[in-house]
Amino acid sequence: MDSIFNYYAKWIRNGDLKVSADWNKDLKLKFTLHDPCQTVRKSYGDPIAEEMRYVLKKVVGEENFVEMHPNRSNNYCCGGGGGSLQSGFVSERREYGKLKMEQIQATGATYCVAPCHNCHSQIHDLSEHYKTGVHTVHLWTLICLSLGCLGENERTYLGPELKEVGL
Amino acid sequence: MDPSGAVVISGIDKKLSLKQRVADMLPDGGNLNLCLTCGSCSSGCPASGIGDMDPRKFLRMALLGMEEAIAASPWVWFCSMCQRCLHACPMKINIPQLVFYGRQQVPREKRPKGILASCDLALKHDTCSAMGASEEDFRFVVEDVLAEVRETQPEFKEMQAPIDKREAILFVNQNSREPVTEPDEMVPLWKILHRAGADWTYGSKGWAGENYCMFIADEQNWERIVRTKARAVDDLGCQVWLNTE
Ligand code: SF4
Ligand code: SF4
Repeated sequence: MDSIFNYYAKWIRNGDLKVSADWNKDLKLKFTLHDPCQTVRKSYGDPIAEEMRYVLKKVVGEENFVEMHPNRSNNYCCGGGGGSLQSGFVSERREYGKLKMEQIQATGATYCVAPCHNCHSQIHDLSEHYKTGVHTVHLWTLICLSLGCLGENERTYLGPELKEVGL
Repeated sequence: MDPSGAVVISGIDKKLSLKQRVADMLPDGGNLNLCLTCGSCSSGCPASGIGDMDPRKFLRMALLGMEEAIAASPWVWFCSMCQRCLHACPMKINIPQLVFYGRQQVPREKRPKGILASCDLALKHDTCSAMGASEEDFRFVVEDVLAEVRETQPEFKEMQAPIDKREAILFVNQNSREPVTEPDEMVPLWKILHRAGADWTYGSKGWAGENYCMFIADEQNWERIVRTKARAVDDLGCQVWLNTE
């Protein structure tokens, strides 16, 4: 049992995945990272949080990564876990997520990377609901972007400035 | 799935009151003095204040035997069992586990319909998909999407998305939402695995990443799903069960 984030990091380190952050050199788009509770605090701890950061910095450029606070094992839950997205308590779920939204906004980043499906759905919903203009993306999207192989139909969650990059 | 620490499932008697459970959980037979009332749990809990409840209050109400007041509040469904309070608590008091017990106090059919349906749907097929996708549904969508990518993106014309490839090193799981509602989102993952030269496979059984039976606090079926998935990995002779989220 392992997480694919450890593998992403391993493949980048050993050269199997030749990622490059050149696409963001001039764009300078800022990315922050949400540490999923399930992956970090509840399963693999801070070491995997470091691996996710290693991967993200490699694909968007170190200078374009902005940390949110608190983070890693201390991160706030987005509010999408524990079945909340399915429970039907929508306004409570959004109230819960307000803290996360403020945390993201404080970074000034245009993109929030949410490498877990529940978190992605919740943060995406928060962003629309609170109209923050922050885009919510999966890590795999950015890895493919940095490999120069992200297809046209695989850009649903990217903002307009990235719809054409590397096509 | 990883049992995730908080949800210890061994030997629980469903008839136990929350008071008894919290007493068992606290060291020294439930001496509330061990809770320093420092409020670290509540101050860092995003669910604090929603529905006029917070983790410290919940703990105290449980210990005081206020079963009815707890049962009258849906707060156990607002808490996401994220364990931040446990992480912050100097006494390591496992409030999310208490929340899990609190969910169990609610009769199964009265628990939130959406989570319940996701658990029940996952029990329909050995895929464990909370959206009820069958083995055939999954195979169809994977093959369909792959064929299109191979045709329209020439540099990936050799790419594979194997299902039930015996002895592959990695058994990769996938959240149901991708194959069911946004299949193109599977493609970047395949591309990464392809570029990295990974020896991987999906399983027609046990491919789904999610497990809502845990959240609906149905231990028996939660375990059944974990076992079905683990068996799928073993039956294919794969070495690593790889979580993609
Ligand atoms: S596990 Fe529940 S009570 Fe504890 S911090 Fe998370 S949401 Fe709050
Ligand atoms: S953090 Fe722990 S010790 Fe402090 S109030 Fe909460 S349960 Fe009690």
